[in-house]
Amino acid sequence: MNLNEEAKRIMAISISKLYSSRTQRGGLRLHRSLLLSLVMRSARDIYHSVQVLNETAEQQHTVPCEPQETVIEEPMDTSTDQTVPDVSIESTETDPTTDEEADIKPPKAEDGEWDKENRDWAQCDRHSRKRRGKAAAEPEFLPSKKARMDTEDDRRVGVLRSSNGNCCRSVEILTQISVPSAIEAF
Amino acid sequence: MGEDGESPKINHSFLRDYVTEADVISTVEFNQTGDLLATGDKGGRVVIFQRETQSKGEPEELGESGEYNVYSTFQSHEPDFDYLKSLEIEEKINKIRWLPQQNAAHFLLSTNDKTIKLWKVSERDKRPEGYNLKDEEGRVKDFSTVTSLQVPVLKPTDLMVEVRPRRVFSNGHTYHVNSISVNSDGETYLSADDLRINMWHLGITDRSFNIVDIKPANMEDLTEVITAAEFHPKHCHLFVYSSSKGTLRLCDMRASALCDKHSKIFEEPEDPGNRSFFSEIISSVSDVKFSHSGRYLLTRDYLTVKVWDLHMEKGPVETYQVHEYLRSKLCSLYENDCIFDKFECVWNSTDSVIMTGAYNSFFRMFDRETGRGVTLEAWRESSKPRAVLRTRRVYTGGRRRRGDVGVDSLDFTKKILHMAWHPAENIIAIAATNNLYIFQDRVNPETQ
Repeated sequence: MNLNEEAKRIMAISISKLYSSRTQRGGLRLHRSLLLSLVMRSARDIYHSVQVLNETAEQQHTVPCEPQETVIEEPMDTSTDQTVPDVSIESTETDPTTDEEADIKPPKAEDGEWDKENRDWAQCDRHSRKRRGKAAAEPEFLPSKKARMDTEDDRRVGVLRSSNGNCCRSVEILTQISVPSAIEAF
Repeated sequence: MGEDGESPKINHSFLRDYVTEADVISTVEFNQTGDLLATGDKGGRVVIFQRETQSKGEPEELGESGEYNVYSTFQSHEPDFDYLKSLEIEEKINKIRWLPQQNAAHFLLSTNDKTIKLWKVSERDKRPEGYNLKDEEGRVKDFSTVTSLQVPVLKPTDLMVEVRPRRVFSNGHTYHVNSISVNSDGETYLSADDLRINMWHLGITDRSFNIVDIKPANMEDLTEVITAAEFHPKHCHLFVYSSSKGTLRLCDMRASALCDKHSKIFEEPEDPGNRSFFSEIISSVSDVKFSHSGRYLLTRDYLTVKVWDLHMEKGPVETYQVHEYLRSKLCSLYENDCIFDKFECVWNSTDSVIMTGAYNSFFRMFDRETGRGVTLEAWRESSKPRAVLRTRRVYTGGRRRRGDVGVDSLDFTKKILHMAWHPAENIIAIAATNNLYIFQDRVNPETQ
């Protein structure tokens, strides 16, 4: 997962640069902060696209009790709001993901024997884009203490958030980093 | 005659490598005649060099003439503090621009992140002597000793250069000032920060006109910032500004008071094959300069310099690769912050050659007629005074020649960011960290 590692590394570097730029002499440099956040955003988008790829690959292995037919047959109509444009930017290896995900899309919701995890998967699949499981775990490279600003905890800062609403959970973690708020504070 | 007394074997590297942060040169600028050269540094100081006038001897004896010597040094800006935002304001001089000379004195504008100052540089080489009521030291004389009347006369004294602040243009900018540009009308100038451009009158300090404002209503929607701005050299109503997205906007002040809407926008569509994490950073324009003719624009982004024709908006007419070999190294350059370096670019006096800086103390010159580029080095070790500057090469594959430097051996701490070209002759001033190099073309000193 070279791409994933790379994206993660770049995100970690960007975050540490954003943090250190807060304390540098002369105050926050708007241009630099903007560029850093742009890089972080593209790295994050790639990271999460790859995460989705990983998860769907894992789903293939973690659905043993489902009858095979239902797993395969479900048409993939959420492919349109996948982050395909972002994914295709980086490398061709991510292109086949859409086909894979079509194959392993979880069975319909009326199948009641599933455990909670799978049900959640089906429900949030199409609309909320919230991811459970691996992607929701806080990435280990983030500092353990979150930056805290009194009035800005719940601000959704657009600079870090992409408009396709990709993976809100990690975005929440990232948005609590105060740089875009600091940009606003200007 | 280049006999140097010192032995080349003495290694002073441990002294040489220690550079005080405050001595790092942050801007270089010739005045309109080229007789004066000003440099600004991170410590807020300005040093002005003056070209020695030609001696009266034979051309072969002009050993000292044509050289630049220190004329004056002064502290332009001091560290400041914004109490409201609890922010330190750096004293680093971001830009210096000379005003066209109108009388015996010289005027220049210098700016740090927030405040622009107008300085008057004047010479005094005479003083009045022979006052009736005061003695030589200025003390009032005892009137009983005054027995006759004399007329004070002006006597020559040692040359004194006086520099005084004449105007301070403050509180005009919320964000960091990156450019100033004097208008051809001789009365106004513009100053640009990340989001706004103001126009000032040189005589009025308490107000300015805001002519460009790209601040979005919601800062969360911010996508680009202004990176440089310049007035057209001939048309006082035109100016250009560059953005972090790699676009140039030409604005006409006759169109409206607020020039948010550009008259022309110059941008090149991105090459999708070159897309990477860092595409946005490397497309950000770090400097923009009008050609002397006013017909072309020169821009610098991280890997290239481009020449644009004002009549053609869809793309540059010429693109020159400065250091394409860095494209595969963008990730490490991002880590060590080098990818954020802002290189300047300059035209020669006839607009036939363009020049810009690079790493490892290298700078590049491109001949527009042939399209060829050459790499030169500004480094003390390899250039003695009056030695011929030899061309350098970065090894990127193929046959390796002696003297080629490998990409991995490039010293990224030695960056040439700031430079200037004499307005009429082939003399260039290159700032390399805390050193200023002045190179003159003895073979073709005058440009045709």
